[in-house]
Amino acid sequence: MKPFGAYEGIAVPLLRNNIDTDAIIPSREMRQVSKKGLGTGLFAGWRYLNTDREARALNPDFVLNQPQYAAAGILLAGANFGCGSSREHAVWALLEYGFRAVIAPGFGSIFYHNAMRNGLLPIRLPEAAILNLCNADAARLTIDLHNTTVATATGLSYRFEIEPLYRDLLLQGMDAIDLTLQRQDAIEKFQARDRQQRSWAYLR
Amino acid sequence: MPKTIFEKIWDDHLVADLGDGSCLLHIDRVFLHERTGSIALSSMAEQGRRVKNPQQVFATMDHIVDTFPGRGDNTTMPGGKEFITLLRGEARRAGITLFDINDPRQGISHVISAEQGIALPGLTLVCPDSHTCTLGALGALAWGIGSSDCEHALVTETLRVVKPGQLGVRLEGRLAPGVTAKDVILQLTGKYTAAGASGCVLEFHGPGLGQLSVEARMTLCNMAVEFSAFSALIAPDETTLDYVAGRPYTPTGSAWDAAQDYWRTLHTDAGAVYDKELNLDLTQIEPSVTWGTSPQHTIGVCEQIPDPGAEADAITRNGMERALEYMDLKAGRAIASVPVDAAFIGSCTNSRLSDLRAAAKVLKGNKIAAGVKALCVPGSTQVKRAAEQEGLHEIFLEAGFEWREAGCSLCFYAGGEGFPVGARVITSTNRNFEGRQGPGVRSHLASPATVAASALKGYIADVRDFAAG
Repeated sequence: MKPFGAYEGIAVPLLRNNIDTDAIIPSREMRQVSKKGLGTGLFAGWRYLNTDREARALNPDFVLNQPQYAAAGILLAGANFGCGSSREHAVWALLEYGFRAVIAPGFGSIFYHNAMRNGLLPIRLPEAAILNLCNADAARLTIDLHNTTVATATGLSYRFEIEPLYRDLLLQGMDAIDLTLQRQDAIEKFQARDRQQRSWAYLR
Repeated sequence: MPKTIFEKIWDDHLVADLGDGSCLLHIDRVFLHERTGSIALSSMAEQGRRVKNPQQVFATMDHIVDTFPGRGDNTTMPGGKEFITLLRGEARRAGITLFDINDPRQGISHVISAEQGIALPGLTLVCPDSHTCTLGALGALAWGIGSSDCEHALVTETLRVVKPGQLGVRLEGRLAPGVTAKDVILQLTGKYTAAGASGCVLEFHGPGLGQLSVEARMTLCNMAVEFSAFSALIAPDETTLDYVAGRPYTPTGSAWDAAQDYWRTLHTDAGAVYDKELNLDLTQIEPSVTWGTSPQHTIGVCEQIPDPGAEADAITRNGMERALEYMDLKAGRAIASVPVDAAFIGSCTNSRLSDLRAAAKVLKGNKIAAGVKALCVPGSTQVKRAAEQEGLHEIFLEAGFEWREAGCSLCFYAGGEGFPVGARVITSTNRNFEGRQGPGVRSHLASPATVAASALKGYIADVRDFAAG
């Protein structure tokens, strides 16, 4: 996983509540057993006027297609972003498109966790703060994960909260499986005891 | 100290406290399907990682496999075959039990993990599928995860989890005739929004539970994810133990005795506290249906579509306006009488035998309206066979429904079989998101009985208008 320290980029507003992972990456765009090749399917139902994958017609009204947001790396969204299906493809699609962070009042819990696992930073801020960030025209935002702040060039700055465990993983770009494997002894000790206490729970 | 059922299961699975509210939890069972299980297993193989304990891991074909009679590895979904053959190959290599396409145990993961006794009270079970919370109905702590976490669970038999808060939902009173668990969870989401249980594990409790079969409880817990819950739980009672007894992977002999003794301790103690509590009076719930593009867009079947203008919050108001536009509906219109093009009975929410019986009761001796495409897709091959033994398939077929093989089917559109663009579908599934069932497709969520009633009328109908309802 790519470590996340600080990031500066253009923020694009998509202020809708309950943007679900089917909207982020429709099932019909997940055609291979792969974490790649998903960026063009991002928000496909909104981003294109047709469903023909060979001849995509851009929807000029959709905010991502507007030229000032062409290089956007931060998504500003409404409440409960990433609700619905557990598909990690939603995170892979956002990353492949070029997003490094999503700022929303809240996230679907599976999406939130998936994002952390892949180095896409989900930032929780109150709706009022997000509206202020949107009002800073085609805002360039600076995200500092060390100090857990989001700031505009004009001096607006918000502090966000993040579970320290996730923050450390992101800062170091650590792999969770490798970390857990360091606790192999504790896992085996637990299982030895648990097999006595809950023998019925084990299938061999 | 008094504990909730959630705290009891959590504490009994605690391998290590990682600090800051995060824990390393032991995972007892992992379930995989061909869409997300395939990527988890192939990614592991690329990194040279192995499934640590394949005996605790199961896999099925449900998401991409077709549901046409005589189906095989080739699917209507472009590229679909790769998912099927890859899962099969990796499962064989890893020694995982696979319920393959022609296995009599095949079906939707959440349906068959209960049916086979793989999910049991007090276990932790994960699956890279958001509706894994269905199994909370048995008193299992079961939740949906992404592919990375799935790899983590397969390699280490543990997960790193941030401890969720707890929401108690107390159910009181009896459901009126024609009203089902589906209507209850739709109304709960409608009343408290699709983010209502955010950050919480939800426990359904109270005197209203006793009337609900385990299958109805699964419907209730299934849509906890649409309510943004981490998962849902229902403490096991005698109804649960009767359900679990004698299933293929249920413990037997002295292990069954030990399990039962333990399961009887799995309830929330008097004096245990939830972070938040809600009460729901079941007597007040009507057959319900969604009008928009979020499960929170729920109303009673006798109600009118709400007016976005009455909504103070601008983002919520815009969302309602967008939903009305997508659904091609106007505020103030009565939802009953909206014409439908198609009717779908199936999905992990409502595809078990009791669901098919409820729909068949409405359909019996009747024909669906002209021009309506109607499908019934049983949740498992076992459900399908049991239904056929009762003759339910004949009722569906005579009414004009298609009778399919088991799978997820048209709960979502994967690029293969689908409804026509813009079709309006009354559906017993769980998600009415834009495009979920196909580009431009307009989904109205409802119970199987309401879907059946609406298929007969050709418009969204009140199941109570049918004597059998």
